[in-house]
Amino acid sequence: MSADAERGQTQQPIRCLIAKVGLDGHDRGAHVIARAFRDAGFEVVYSGLHRAPEEIVQAAVQEDVDVLGISILSGAHNTLVPKVIEGLEEYNAFADTLLIVGGIIPEEDREGLREMGVAAIFGPGTPMQETIDFVREHAPQRD
Amino acid sequence: MEGTDADRRDTATRPEDVDPETAARNERLVESLLAGEHRALARVITRIENQAPGHRDLVARLHPHTGEAAIVGITGSPGAGKSTLVDKLAEAYRRRGDTVGVVAVDPSSPYSGGSVLGDRIRMASTVGDMDVFFRSMSARGRLGGLATATTDAVKALDAFGKDVVVVETVGAGQSEVDIVRTADTVAVLVQPGSGDDVQMLKAGILEIGDVFVVNKADMDGVERTVAELKEMIHRRDAAGDATERRPPSEIGHHGVAGSAGADADADTQNDASDDDTDDVWEPPVVETVATTGDGIDELIDAFDAHADYLCDSGKRETKARARYADEIRRLMRSDANELLDEELRRHGGVDALAKRVYERETDPYAVAASIVGPLRDCVEARRERDEPRTSE
Ligand code: B12
Ligand SMILES: Nc1nc2c(ncn2[C@@H]2O[C@H](COP(=O)(O)OP(=O)(O)OP(=O)(O)O)[C@@H](O)[C@H]2O)c(=O)[nH]1
Ligand SMILES: [Mg+2]
Repeated sequence: MSADAERGQTQQPIRCLIAKVGLDGHDRGAHVIARAFRDAGFEVVYSGLHRAPEEIVQAAVQEDVDVLGISILSGAHNTLVPKVIEGLEEYNAFADTLLIVGGIIPEEDREGLREMGVAAIFGPGTPMQETIDFVREHAPQRD
Repeated sequence: MEGTDADRRDTATRPEDVDPETAARNERLVESLLAGEHRALARVITRIENQAPGHRDLVARLHPHTGEAAIVGITGSPGAGKSTLVDKLAEAYRRRGDTVGVVAVDPSSPYSGGSVLGDRIRMASTVGDMDVFFRSMSARGRLGGLATATTDAVKALDAFGKDVVVVETVGAGQSEVDIVRTADTVAVLVQPGSGDDVQMLKAGILEIGDVFVVNKADMDGVERTVAELKEMIHRRDAAGDATERRPPSEIGHHGVAGSAGADADADTQNDASDDDTDDVWEPPVVETVATTGDGIDELIDAFDAHADYLCDSGKRETKARARYADEIRRLMRSDANELLDEELRRHGGVDALAKRVYERETDPYAVAASIVGPLRDCVEARRERDEPRTSE
């Protein structure tokens, strides 16, 4: 709340990249999230479907986003997410980007993703406000 | 070149009072940007967009390194295919070895101020190629400020060393028109068929086009749209701004009637290369299918021809200078306004003053004079101190 008010004053909306990676063609959830984030006042860059991990990294770096949200329903999260993280690290961009994942992620894979550096995982049924509040609270505060 | 240029600059007046910490950070950022670091370029654009503390100092540091890039503006109604075209343009420029920067502007929601920036979805032809730097930008509800943010972002890409910088905007509204004016070459996109697009051109967009593109040339109604466009361009050139455009005496050059449809090729290959039309530019109409890339080479030829025309006619410099003149005025006015607003607040705010005027305690002239008067005195005193009796 207070972080958001501060950003408002200095003309700094939270910038997010919502990314679809790999062969996964399920894009409803990504659209829902993109619109909800827009309505929360965020600036959302949407990657479009079928992006390679390096494209996601390129977009995150060029767009200088505070938040990278990856949407995966294909089951390929355990191979794709580490690739994105590696790429971000190459650009020194991992440390000050909030990385979140949404979609169909089985319970047994979640701990592993968190250990890699995923801040949070939002599956189906997560109340939207909870997701938005999380992003507001954890979006990196840059100087 | 960089060093000497920077040294020659008049640095007696800093653009902004920045604390040493900010100055040091700006220096580091610019150094990294000039060294080719993408993160630094991205961060510089963010600071420009956010009007973060010290952003003016930042842009001032970039200025000596700008002026090399060819800047192309792409505008046209929503869905005309601008982003798809930008993607294919970037690919074609890369094929010939040019590095590319893109700034794509999308509107923001009037309700939340947020936005979904979708132009990037169409970037598919230059996958993973970091020599294409694509940046999405939200209009953020600003009108006047948008032109400044976009122009300054273009400067960052220019300083970074991009050979070509493409700016995509939605072709509606005055601020959009301002943005494309930061470009050397402006392309206006229309779709065939509807007729609405051509109608829209009457509302001011026609004047800013250097090249007209009928995109979606795979759809019905292309010939008609091309013909309508050509006729409007001729009429535009016949009327008004004869200094900038083709003089009325030359209108018959291609034949008014003939140009309405038949000589598509002559117009696409445009007149700038002909010796007899050196100092006039008749905007060509180019047909493209952005989805397949058809017509992209012709479009780039048209952009190149326009760039050559600008150089040969000396207009590149004239245009750039006019742009800087605009920029100086815009900055000055916005600063002066800020100073006035501050003074207004110090005098109790405009509402309180208006109330006193309403109650006949004072009048608007007196109020304005009481606020501006002291400022004028300061300026005059300063003038006298700095340049004692040189006038008269
Ligand atoms: C609709 C659907 C389809 C549609 C997709 C249409 C489209 N354009 O999106 C179609 C019919 C095309 C389809 C095809 C396939 N599907 Co399908 N599909 C579904 C289904 C029924 C619903 C998905 C959906 O749209 N939900 C609604 C949206 C709003 O929810 P959501 O995407 O989960 O998003 C929410 C959250 O996850 C989260 N979220 C999502 N992304 C993000 C991102 C961020 C940053 C954040 C913060 C949050 C977040 O927020 C959203 C809102 O709460 C699911 C089953 C299910 N119940 O989930 C299967 C499902 C996803 N499909 C599945 C499969 C296997 C397929 C197919 C391979 C073939 C098949 N067997 O049907 C193909 C593959 C297509 C492809 N190329 O990828 C499996 C995946 C299994 C797995 N991961 O292990 C599922 C789980 C069904 C199942 N139980 O087997 N599918
Ligand atoms: N048939 C056909 N469709 C095209 C062509 N160019 C673009 N499109 C389609 O038109 C739609 C809009 O294209 P965009 O490139 O997003 O258009 P835009 O002008 O950037 O749109 P905004 O940024 O939203 O104003 C997409 O579905 C494209 O695939 C073309 O030459 N022919
Ligand atoms: Mg677009």
